[in-house]
Amino acid sequence: MSAIIDKVVLRGRKVVGGSCEGEALVTRDRVSGWGGIDPRTGTIIETRHQLRGQSFKGKVLVFPGAKGSSGWSNQFHIARLAGAAPLAMLFNEMTTKIALGAVVTHAPAMTDFDRDPLEVIETGDWVKVDADRGVVEVTKKLRGESA
Amino acid sequence: MKLNDVERAMLDGAEGPAIQRAMDLLLRYGEALGAERLVDTKNVCGTIGATTPFMRQYAEKPGGMDAVFSEFNLDSPTVVHVPKVRAFATHLQQGMDPDYAELQGITPEVVTLFKKGNAWSAGLGVQLMNTCTPYQVGNVPVKGEHCAWMESSAVIYCNSVLGARTNTEGRESTGAAMITGKIPYWGYHCDENRYGTHLVEVEIDVETTADWGLLGYYVGEIVQDRIPVLNGIRHVPNLPRLKHFGAAASSSGGVEMYHLVGITPEAPTLERAFGPKKPVATLRYGKAERRKAYELVNATAKDREIQYVMLGCPHYTIEQIWEAAKLLEGKHLHPDVSLWIFAPRVIKSLADQNGYTKIIEDAGGEIMTDTCSAMAKAIPKGTKVAAFDSMKQAHYLPAMMGIQGWFGTTAECIDAAVSGRFNGGLQ
Repeated sequence: MSAIIDKVVLRGRKVVGGSCEGEALVTRDRVSGWGGIDPRTGTIIETRHQLRGQSFKGKVLVFPGAKGSSGWSNQFHIARLAGAAPLAMLFNEMTTKIALGAVVTHAPAMTDFDRDPLEVIETGDWVKVDADRGVVEVTKKLRGESA
Repeated sequence: MKLNDVERAMLDGAEGPAIQRAMDLLLRYGEALGAERLVDTKNVCGTIGATTPFMRQYAEKPGGMDAVFSEFNLDSPTVVHVPKVRAFATHLQQGMDPDYAELQGITPEVVTLFKKGNAWSAGLGVQLMNTCTPYQVGNVPVKGEHCAWMESSAVIYCNSVLGARTNTEGRESTGAAMITGKIPYWGYHCDENRYGTHLVEVEIDVETTADWGLLGYYVGEIVQDRIPVLNGIRHVPNLPRLKHFGAAASSSGGVEMYHLVGITPEAPTLERAFGPKKPVATLRYGKAERRKAYELVNATAKDREIQYVMLGCPHYTIEQIWEAAKLLEGKHLHPDVSLWIFAPRVIKSLADQNGYTKIIEDAGGEIMTDTCSAMAKAIPKGTKVAAFDSMKQAHYLPAMMGIQGWFGTTAECIDAAVSGRFNGGLQ
């Protein structure tokens, strides 16, 4: 057993500039905007979604990418105005939905990583995002520590 | 991203603050995508209304609809005066049917706001088609035409069935495109991104509109946002079938383009559908897969007693209204059930002329326009269980409204509306 704090650094491409740090919320399911989230609370509502009932408000959202209706950007736009947007977005698959959604969310966003963030980051990890420099620093949550 | 001299001047403010804000957004968006340039578009399909509760607050601000457009269509915190649109722009479905506002639970104040917004939009030169199916009421792009459309079910139809070129745009990018006539040249605008990625061997007959929905839902679930090439289709479909197929595939996954070998314009042969690429995977669609799609979409359904039947997602065609009218003629809805059918306003006008509206209303149903249950977040009072003939609606509405939803054929849905009980099942 080791109490050493694991740090992992990922490098990627800036989608939206800025820097921040916070707790990660990770899902392997793509996220649907319109009909998939409640933008006023940032809660995922999609029926069969891994994060159903959980909110990304103030979290570093780590996910494969966007899916579903073209209302995606508008829903995240509303989430920002309602104060329920994610702190940052880290994702793998570039689409127009997510590009526009990230742009109007005004939160730091990155993609095209040298390592798959879904493999490296787990929910509860502490994540520093510096989108302008293209660097993500992950501090792994200690084993046994409550999330 | 490289801008030409004209675009650079627009960004520098030579054509006024709204164009400047629009170019600023297109630049940020294009760079987020990794696009190298913009492309001219004369065909935009988007939304600029403000009838949802959240947006109404903006419409009531001093800037009125300019404030709504600035924030929600240009991502501009500063309110700018919006000029007339440059591109042919068609409006998507909105938040209500003003003729059925009371039934949809909408107050007269909001109806007034809706009408004011519509008049403002029309003044800009935006076509008030108010439908998710612009391609059935006068916006039918030709093969190769660069478009900037939103609405996932319209995008997939535009790319796949018409061979026109659009990405899934959003409210902000279509707003910017309307007034600038520009959109990032990326994704489906480029030849190399339009080839198939997955081969789907269709091993069973797919013929009815319900069958096409099940196929679309299954394929979308598997390929997500890639490009399926469907081989082995034995019955040439029609508009309602492909409308349903595309809506289903773009709901369960994020499919924006598909090819039907020998049918759709960019897939005269299997080889042409894949172009220089090889399929990354091959999947089969048979009885088991069809059943799987049916079970997935009916995940929320348990109780058979229903209170609501919703038809017209995406908006019904006149052929579908005709079919519904035939099924309803001389019958009466169960007293506990409401039937709302959604269609474009001009299609309802045709239904009026053909006498279908009267048949449907005599049976106790309604034809509504300009919106749908999901957009208006409107369902009949007391609805606990609903039935739909749309995989898309069965996918979304239960989660949005906290109800159970059955997917069935149009005939099963009409039967449920008349009997009060959903007796459908996988045939």
